[in-house]
Amino acid sequence: MLAAFAVAAFAAGKAARPAPISAAGSSLVASFRQQSVTVDAPFKRFTGSIQYDPARPADTRATLQVDMNSLDVGDEDSDAEVRGAAWFDSAHYPQAQFRSASIKPVDAHRFEATGDLTIKGRTRQITVDVSVQSAGRGYAYDGSFELSRRDFSIGDPSWDTVLDDHVRVRFHLLADGG
Amino acid sequence: MESRTLSPTQYTRTAIALHWSVAGLVIILLAMGWVMTSMPGSPTKLLVVTWHKWGGITVLALFFIRSLWRLTHPAPPPLPAAAWQQRAASLMHALLYALLLLQPLTGWLFSSAAGRQVVYLNLIPLPNLVDRNPALGALFKELHGTCGALLAAIVALHAVAALKHHFVDRDDTLRRMLRWRAQ
Repeated sequence: MLAAFAVAAFAAGKAARPAPISAAGSSLVASFRQQSVTVDAPFKRFTGSIQYDPARPADTRATLQVDMNSLDVGDEDSDAEVRGAAWFDSAHYPQAQFRSASIKPVDAHRFEATGDLTIKGRTRQITVDVSVQSAGRGYAYDGSFELSRRDFSIGDPSWDTVLDDHVRVRFHLLADGG
Repeated sequence: MESRTLSPTQYTRTAIALHWSVAGLVIILLAMGWVMTSMPGSPTKLLVVTWHKWGGITVLALFFIRSLWRLTHPAPPPLPAAAWQQRAASLMHALLYALLLLQPLTGWLFSSAAGRQVVYLNLIPLPNLVDRNPALGALFKELHGTCGALLAAIVALHAVAALKHHFVDRDDTLRRMLRWRAQ
C-alpha cells in the first residue's frame, strides 16, 4: 500500500517541496493613502515558503511571516508611530502571518489563493490573485490584495478622516522550484 | 520701461505686497514647524504638516515671482548709513533670500525622500525631487531644521534692524516698506 503511494508520487514527477522565499529580490509593500497622497511602505524582513508545482497548481501551499517591526514608513517618527499600540502594537504582536488554505488555478500562470491573514492577533480570510512566472531556478509570485484597517484594528478611528481604511498590499516573492 | 532706467526712490506696491505676504507666511510656517515637531502623532498633526508643506511651496513660488519682480523693478538704494551697516545689510538680505529658497527646497526634498509626494492644496501633485530614500530623508530633515533655525534668527535680526532704523535712527527704512503710494 505504502509502496503503491510512493510509486504514484514518483510517477507524478518530482513531488513539490516547500521552498523558502528568498529575501533577496522579494518585496512586500503596504500602500496607503493619506489625504491625497499615496505612501508606499515596504516591510524589510519577512520569511516564508512556497510549495508549487506547475503540474499540480491546486496543491500549491504558501506561508508568510512578516516582522512588523521592519515596516519602513519613510521616516523615523512615523516608523515609531506605526509600531505603537493604536496601530500595529508590534511589541505585543511582532509578527503578521499568512497561511494558504485552498488554491484555485485560474490559468497556466495564475491562481487564486485563499487563506488566513493574521495581523495584530486578528485573523481574517482573504483571497489573493497570484501570477506565477519562471525566475531563475524557481518562480516569481506577484500579486496584491486590499485589506481594511478596521478589520485588524490598525489605527484609531479618529484617523479615518485623513487616512483611507483600505490598504493595498503588493508582493513580489521569489522562491526556488519544488 | 523708462521709469526703470531711473533710480527708484520707493518700493513698488507689488514689492511691498510680496514682502509682507512672504513675511507673514514665513513667520506662520516657522511657528508651525516649531510646534508640529513636538506634537505626538495625530490626524491634527498630519493636517498641520500638510498645511506647512503647502505654505512652504507657496513661499517657494513667491520667491521666484519676487526675484523676477526685483530683477525687473530694482529696489530703491539703501538709505545713507555707515559702510559696515550697508555691508551687513546686503549680507543679511543675501542670506535671507538664500534661506527663502533653501528652506522650502529642503522641506520638499525631505518629503520626497520620505516617500511622501507633495500634492499642493490636495489638487496639484508635485514631482518628487529625489527617489524614496529614508536615510537621505533623515539628512534633509536635519538640514531643514537647521535652515529653519537660521532663517528664524535672520528674520528676527532683520526685524530688529528695521525697528532700530525706525525708532533709534528715525530714518525712512521701515516706512518705505509700509508706504502704499501710487506707483
